[in-house]
Amino acid sequence: MINYESCIPSHVKAIKPSGIRKFFDLVSERKDVISLTVGEPDFVTPWHIRSAGIESLEGGKTYYTANSGMTQLREEIAAYLLRRFLAKYDPRTEVVVTVGGSEAIDITFRALLQVGDEVIIPQPAFVCYEPLAALAGATPVIIPTKAENRFKLTPEELRAAITPKTKMLVLPYPNNPTGAIMTREELEAIAEVLEGTDILVLSDEIYAELTYGREHCSCAVVPGLTERTILVSGFSKAFAMTGWRLGYLCAPAPLCKQMLKLHQYAIMCAPTTAQFAAIEAMKNGDSDVSMMREEYNRRRRYLTAGLHAMGIPCFEPEGAFYVFPDISRFGLTSEEFCARLLEEQNVAIVPGNAFGESGEGFARISYAYSVEHISKALNGIDKFTKSLGK
Amino acid sequence: MNELLKIVENNCRLTDAQIAMMLEKDEGDIKAMIEKYEAEKVILGYKAIIDWDKTDRESVTALIEVKITPQRDRGFDRVAEKIYNYPEVESLYLMSGGFDLAVLIEGKTMKEVAYFVAMKLAPIEDVISTATHFVLRKYKDKGVIYGAEAVDERGNYCG
Repeated sequence: MINYESCIPSHVKAIKPSGIRKFFDLVSERKDVISLTVGEPDFVTPWHIRSAGIESLEGGKTYYTANSGMTQLREEIAAYLLRRFLAKYDPRTEVVVTVGGSEAIDITFRALLQVGDEVIIPQPAFVCYEPLAALAGATPVIIPTKAENRFKLTPEELRAAITPKTKMLVLPYPNNPTGAIMTREELEAIAEVLEGTDILVLSDEIYAELTYGREHCSCAVVPGLTERTILVSGFSKAFAMTGWRLGYLCAPAPLCKQMLKLHQYAIMCAPTTAQFAAIEAMKNGDSDVSMMREEYNRRRRYLTAGLHAMGIPCFEPEGAFYVFPDISRFGLTSEEFCARLLEEQNVAIVPGNAFGESGEGFARISYAYSVEHISKALNGIDKFTKSLGK
Repeated sequence: MNELLKIVENNCRLTDAQIAMMLEKDEGDIKAMIEKYEAEKVILGYKAIIDWDKTDRESVTALIEVKITPQRDRGFDRVAEKIYNYPEVESLYLMSGGFDLAVLIEGKTMKEVAYFVAMKLAPIEDVISTATHFVLRKYKDKGVIYGAEAVDERGNYCG
């Protein structure tokens, strides 16, 4: 009989399962839950994009592509980044097409980090950075961002976290779960702190297309950040293509070359069908993106106004599709609040601490749902908070 | 304000308060804007999209191609008026191409539709010919797909 426990290395054992998972399991035990938990679009991939994938299959395009992705797709990605964000990348040497943004994050960490390196991660943030950085041997250094700073990373906080061991800074903006963004000026201030160092920046810009009121500013175009930035993005959120598993990373050629090695040995290449669909998305998908952005924006305003009307403080999210209200005044922990809301009103939202300890006292509410659905959930939240009598 | 119209076109059961929240406006402003659109006949009415096949009501829909002789000074309008005044007529469009008017009509049975064509539509002066096509199945109407299952399959991951 194998002793499986002894087979598993301690650094893998040390990884905690995602806090969101734990909550999703609670939700899945119940019936007819009004859920505002998911982090993916409710839109199905636009038909012309699906159709391009189907046509590629009909045409027998079922082989591996080049490791770094089809030339045409890399060219389209470079053209898109230039058109949308003025970012300049050479499609031949500075773009790698990956299996979602997640793979891009993983191979960036594994290619560029080693034991002893420190990686600065502002939190609340998407759940993958900390465990993946740790798996790459590095030490995650968490910066708890603050509601009073609208969950942005400030230059002071960054300066205080930098040590001689700092190798990389993760910039997860527009942010999941807070909806925070970083403006050009704020990124310039970050660049100033990093000036003269060799600290690299992993900029996760998967929500770049989903900003409201102002255009996203990419790290790739901020002087002082361009040359140190590994830009990670993908098709999931902007083009409603989560299940296709397609993302990309862009970085200076000497770095890209290293990430490509890991990608080619671990993955070979991103799925061919998805790459054909993605070419269509890049070429003809801009109007779909604006349509979805407008719809998210209406829901964002609706949800924010609804929470404000109940007296739940909530800073105005400027990106992604989440709001991150402050529920601390109800005297419950995030987990207690969400568990009781689920128990008593059958409404599911995600405890803020699932995204890092600094998310304690908050909850993530996704608005990747119809207004009618959001409306039902708001009613439940209203009844619940009234029952708490605060 | 096209955004308001788009919202109402998509779902006219939202309350003024809900629309106001979506657009960051005052409820009173939304109410006034909608009333203005109604007065100006920009908004002509509100109707639900119903899948009658899921009820016990029998109904058939037909598209009738109509060729007509245009009248001096009035063009197609006078004949069109004679046709659209029948309550059975759902929609009426002036078309380019092989025929002039497209009449969408709903009746209880095929017989009822046939009766309408034979007894009411065809005898109208200036109607040269009609061709009736019965709808066998509605797949999509006004942007809504019939019979589409609305199951949310999301939430099976930890992101």
